This record gives sequence, structure tokens and C-alpha cells, in this order.
Amino acid sequence: MTEELKDNNIEQVEDKFLAPENRKHTVTGPEGEIIHVDPLQDYYCNERPKAEDPRNKIVEKFLNWARAESLWVLGFGTGCGSIEIPPLLSPRFDAYRFGVAMRATPRQSSVIIISGYLAVKTLKRVIRSYEQMQNPKFVIALGSCTINGGMYWDSYNTINRLDYYLPVDVYVAGCMPRPEAILAAFDKLKTRIKEGRAEGANEYVEKFDWYKANQKKVIKNWNMPDYNW
Amino acid sequence: MENLINKLQDMFAVKDVQDSKKNQILLTVKASKVPALLSFLKEFEGFKVLVMISSVDWIEIGKFQLSYIVNDPDKKNDLIIRAFISRKEASMISIHSLWGHASTFQREIKEMYGIDFPGSPRVDEPFLLEGWDDTPPMRRDFDTKKYSEETFFPRPGRESNDPAEYMKKRLYPDEK
Amino acid sequence: MKNNLTSLLNWNTNRSNYPEMDADGNPIIDLESQKFIKVWQGPNHPGVTGNMSLELTISGDEVVDSKTHVGYLHRGFEKLFERRKYIQCFPTCIRMCVPEPDTNEYNLAVGTEELGGIEVPDTAKWLRMLALEMARLQVLLRMVPGQAGTMGLGLGSQWGMYYRELILDRFEELTGGRIYHMYILPGGVRGLMPEGFDKRLLGNLDKIDGFIADIDKLIFSNAVFKKRTIGTGFIPNDWVDHYGITGPVARAAGYKRDVRKDYPYLFYDQLDFDYNIAQESDVFARFEVRRQDLVTTVDLLRQILAKMPRTGDIRATTPNVLHWKIPKGETYVRVESSRGEYGFYMVSDGTEYPRRINLRGPSYTHAVSVLEKLLVNSNISDVSAIMVSLATCPPEIER
Repeated sequence: MTEELKDNNIEQVEDKFLAPENRKHTVTGPEGEIIHVDPLQDYYCNERPKAEDPRNKIVEKFLNWARAESLWVLGFGTGCGSIEIPPLLSPRFDAYRFGVAMRATPRQSSVIIISGYLAVKTLKRVIRSYEQMQNPKFVIALGSCTINGGMYWDSYNTINRLDYYLPVDVYVAGCMPRPEAILAAFDKLKTRIKEGRAEGANEYVEKFDWYKANQKKVIKNWNMPDYNW
Repeated sequence: MENLINKLQDMFAVKDVQDSKKNQILLTVKASKVPALLSFLKEFEGFKVLVMISSVDWIEIGKFQLSYIVNDPDKKNDLIIRAFISRKEASMISIHSLWGHASTFQREIKEMYGIDFPGSPRVDEPFLLEGWDDTPPMRRDFDTKKYSEETFFPRPGRESNDPAEYMKKRLYPDEK
Repeated sequence: MKNNLTSLLNWNTNRSNYPEMDADGNPIIDLESQKFIKVWQGPNHPGVTGNMSLELTISGDEVVDSKTHVGYLHRGFEKLFERRKYIQCFPTCIRMCVPEPDTNEYNLAVGTEELGGIEVPDTAKWLRMLALEMARLQVLLRMVPGQAGTMGLGLGSQWGMYYRELILDRFEELTGGRIYHMYILPGGVRGLMPEGFDKRLLGNLDKIDGFIADIDKLIFSNAVFKKRTIGTGFIPNDWVDHYGITGPVARAAGYKRDVRKDYPYLFYDQLDFDYNIAQESDVFARFEVRRQDLVTTVDLLRQILAKMPRTGDIRATTPNVLHWKIPKGETYVRVESSRGEYGFYMVSDGTEYPRRINLRGPSYTHAVSVLEKLLVNSNISDVSAIMVSLATCPPEIER
């Protein structure tokens, strides 16, 4: 499978959209040695992601409780729904009391909120952010536009269904959802995690080829490494 | 304003002069005369601000319309200057040397309509789209619904009635 | 000894000499010399407003080259309008600028009325003014303390968010929506003020007066804020016309530019207000102008409530909107948004569908052409402060 993935990579690298700095090139080091660089080759994470096997039932239950009570959200406003995120963290709605906090980097966060429509250019960044997040990770999709395209169902630049590209745990309908609805979504997500049903990360790994095929169909200049962790 | 229009008619052979509203005048000029007209307006007539450059696709007559809206901030007047260019191998003289933000508008028009502006800075870099290899999307012959249905996965169950027909049936069944 | 000491004290303050310039005055940047680092600020970054990115080349902590990348929010509105009738454009067009959607609906309504030849009743005009000023107020309540938020003073933003919620509540009462209102339609508005609305709004305005006094204490007399903003992000006077800078940014440079005064629309000529002007043209001056705008807006809302009629016709009779053929024509309509001049260029070809609706937002020039030049030679920690001071709103750049 790894071989297959690598082949895929090479196919994509010979891409007419590839930016010049992402092409294979050589660099001269400080002492005159020549280093070959392939920016799209990720030397550390070349393996296919693996699904996590469930642990002992009691341990898993405890871990799920811990996960559910500290949902750290990646502060990435991908669409218009992000205007309702700051009120969510202000004293009136106060999402902090549910253990929800914003983090600046994907490595520290466990929830990504897709706040509305995704333009193709953003989808690429969202996928990359999602893949850099550590397990366990959850996706909340805000707005009708992530469900079926909503207002932009016939637009040439926005995707119609998010669940073809990322495993979604909770959808919030509305355009745009009110902060109360987002709080309800967090509540729902907690219930799902505690019941052990929020296995999006494992699902993503199991159906990895299908997701990648869908993503590559839309994103025409794929010139990024297949980050697989 | 009338003096100015008379002057422009003599100097640049502008035609189709119409008042769109108070203090706003529409006029048409040959595409090759646009830079000269704009620099004349900018230097001598006080139309110092370029509000926007826009483009319209008239596919029926095979032409692109380019609209340059300039504004006189002191006398509070607007001029909408229209120029028509051929739809085949569309190309227009760049005015990036007159205003600093003209190149941004031209970059967008190049991407959205495929109208070339030779010499304009960064005009070939993609502006809004990434990896687009289809017809430029704002051209009338590009069908966004068809493209969306083919590329993105439409969720089944969405009824797509023609809203006008549907509403007519529901609300005004007696109308023809 | 003395010589040594002076040479020690007089270090080269003009750090921007560092990258060597070529004949055209552009810096020579060789990324592989390892003296420069390329940093992408955004799209996934807390310091950018919305979803856009800046490609910064830095040397030490100084930005030597910058490029704006937009298009992360591109939805192709202008293409979608070609497939929608004028009335269907309404729910779509308001999503073009998310923080302040009312200017979009107003522009589209006025453009349609101008092309279709419709006269709006007076009460509807007053209600439109009320909605536009309330929208400006809620944006400024978010933006003014947000300027300090970019420098780590997040307390003001939290306070501002509370007062913004009060205005959003009033919007909910008036229109039914929190963010997207769809209140202003061609021919008028959707409804009259509910009972007791003006009393509650006046109560909120009194609270906001207190808030303005609070941010004066918190931010205006804050030494750190002053030190970091005065002199930062200076826009020379000759840029204003060359780049088409409008709104508070132009007013902070000493130019009297305000669409409400220059091209009076609705009943703004009956209200008593003045241009808010500063001369210094730096981040602090823009902040000062916005704070003055906040005071003006509160004052305008009080004037509107005192003058407006409470009853009357709110909707002119229009043809059946489903097959309303707008006569052939072109127009450019403009409105003063909280960021500057906000205009729609509308072309109708005589059918029910608009031929072309093109938006010209203030961020289009501010955030692409001006920001790219302004960031050069600034400190990397000031980047987001400069960006916020230009009131960048990405969705209106890319539509």
C-alpha cells in the first residue's frame, strides 16, 4: 500500500501548477557540499496512517470522559460562521465553562470547526491542518453549506458535501447557526465522545484512499506532501 | 460637466453620452483611446480617483465591455467610461502606471474573464483561484451549475425547481 | 574612549538599509543565502483578520517583502448573480461582507430602484438609516477594541463583544436575524419598529457611552499601546488618491472623505455631524478616527430616533418581483460602510436577471495594494496591527 501511495505522489509532483520553490532542486551548503532537495518529500512521515485499536473498555471509557471535557478548538475561521466564534467565547455565551478553548496551532487542538462554505483553496489548507492534528480529533461542521452546499450549491468554487473530504462528527444546520446552536453542537459532540461513537480519525484512516481520491478530484494542484499523521 | 463632455467629444470622440443619475455620466470611447482619456482626466480635469475597473461579457455581440469608473473627489462627479473589445484574443492596454491599484483589478479581470493586460505587474499570477484550468469562470459560456454538479458531489434529495416557475405555480396560478 | 562610546551609542538606526537594493530600488532577496526567512502569516493564524494570508519575507524581525494572497473565501458571487433573479440575489448578496451585511443589501436595493425607477417612502428611508447606523455601530464596537487586541490587550475586545451583543439583540428584534438581516428590500424595508424598541435602543446607547469612556481609560491612556501605534504604518498623503484609499484610513490622513457628507443619500443631509479627521496617518490616528466614528454613530442614532416618523408606508409598490424586468441601464451606487466607500456597479440588460453586479469594497485596495507596500520595513509584530488598522475584510475582496 505504501508503494502505491508513493507512486501516487510522484504522479502528482509532475504537475503544471507546481510552484518553482516546490520543484526538486539542489542547494549548496556552507562548505560547498551539494544537497538535493525534494520539498514535497516528507522524510519523517512517509508511512500510511494507522487506525488505533480500542484499549481496555474501562480505560477507554475514562479516556473518552477526559477527551470530552477538554475540547480544544483550532482557531481557523474558514468561512462566515467564524464571526459567531468570538461571541461564543465572550462572557455572554462563555464556552469556556464547557471546557472549550481556542488554540492557535493544529498540534494542540482536538476539534476543528469548519465554519461554513469551503472554497477549494481553503479545503486544501483545511485538509492539511486536519492531518496535522493529533488523534483523537473531531470535526464540527457549521452551516447548511457544509451539508449540501446551501446557498452556494451551484458555485464553481465551493464544495457541496464536507463528508466526502473529511469525517464529520456533528453537523449544525442554519445559515448561520447561532452561538446557542454551536454550544448545543459541543454538547452533542461530548455525548458522542462519551458513548465512544466519535471515531472520525479512525474512519478517515480506514477509508483513506477514498478520501484522498475525492480530495484530489477537487484540488487540482495538489503540490503538498501527503502528510499522513 | 457639460463643458467637459463637449471637450471630450472633440478630443476623444466619445459617444453614447447619457446621464445615469445626478453627477454620474456614462460614455463610450474607443478602446485604444482609453489610457489617453484617463490620463487627461486625471491630470487636467481633477478625476483623481480610480474607483474601479469592471468588465461585462456581451456574448451576443461577441464583445467584452470594460468599464472604468473615475471620480472627482472635489466636485463630486463620477464618470463611467466604457470601452468594447473583441471577445476573441481579448487584450487591453494596461493602465497600471496611472493608479497604484489598477493592476489588482486587471489581475482579477485577467483571471475571471481571460482578458490580457500586457505589461501589468503580476497579471499572470492567480489571484482568487488556485489551479484553475477550465474556461475563465466569469465568461457567459461557462456553466457554473454544470461544473459544480460534475466536480463536487451533490447531495441527493435536493429538489431543484426553477424558483420562478415554482413560485408562479404556487402563488399566481392564474397568470399566464 | 569618547569616540568608542559614541560609535557604540550611534548604532545604525536605519535598519532598512540592510537588504541591498538593485538599481530600481527593489531589495535583492536571495532566499538561499540564509539571511532571509519566508513566513506565511495565515490563513490558519490568529493574527490575521479572517481567512487570508500574507507571504512575508523577513530579515531578523523586519519585513523586507510582502505579498497578499486572497481567494480562500471565493464563492463566485458575481457568477451566481447571473443565474438568480434580482429578488433571489438578496439573500445571496448580503453574505459578501460578513461583519457588516447591511451595506450590501442597501446597495443592491438602491441600484435596483435606480434602474427600475422606484421611489421609496420616507419612513422606509429613515428605517434604512437606522439599520445602516446600527450595523456600523456593531462593527465599530468590535473593531475599535480589536485594534488593541492585536497587541495583546484582549480585555477591550471582550468588553466590546458584550456591547455588540446588545446591538445584535436590537437587530434581532427589528429584523429577526442576528448577523444576516435581509431587512432592506427593493422598494422599502420589511417591517416597522416593534413597540418599545427605541426605548431599549436608547438604553443600550447610554451603556455604550459608558463603554467609550472605559476604552478611553483602558486603551487611549495606555502607554504601551501609544508607544507601539504612534508612527507605525504611516500612509503618505500622496498614496490616498493614487491607491483609491477611502473611509477612515483616508480621513486619518487628513482628507475629508465621507460618502455620507459628500454624496448625501437617504436623509443624512438632515442630520448634524461632521468629518472625523486626524492628520498623523498612522495606526494610532486611524484608531482615533474610528473612536470618533463610534461617538458620531451613537449620536446619529439618537438623532435618527428623535426625528424619524413612527408610522407610515414602508414599502413602495413594485412590479411582481418574480418577473420584474429591470430596464436596460448601468449605474454605480455607493454607501459609507465602517471601512470606507462601498460601491456596487450594476449593469442590467433588460431581463429579470442582472447582467453584472460588481462589488468594489474598500478592502480591495487597502488589503492588497496598500498593505503589501505598507508592511515593508515594518516589524513583524506590528503586521497584524497594521492589517487591522486598515480594516481588512477578506470576504469582500474575493466575493
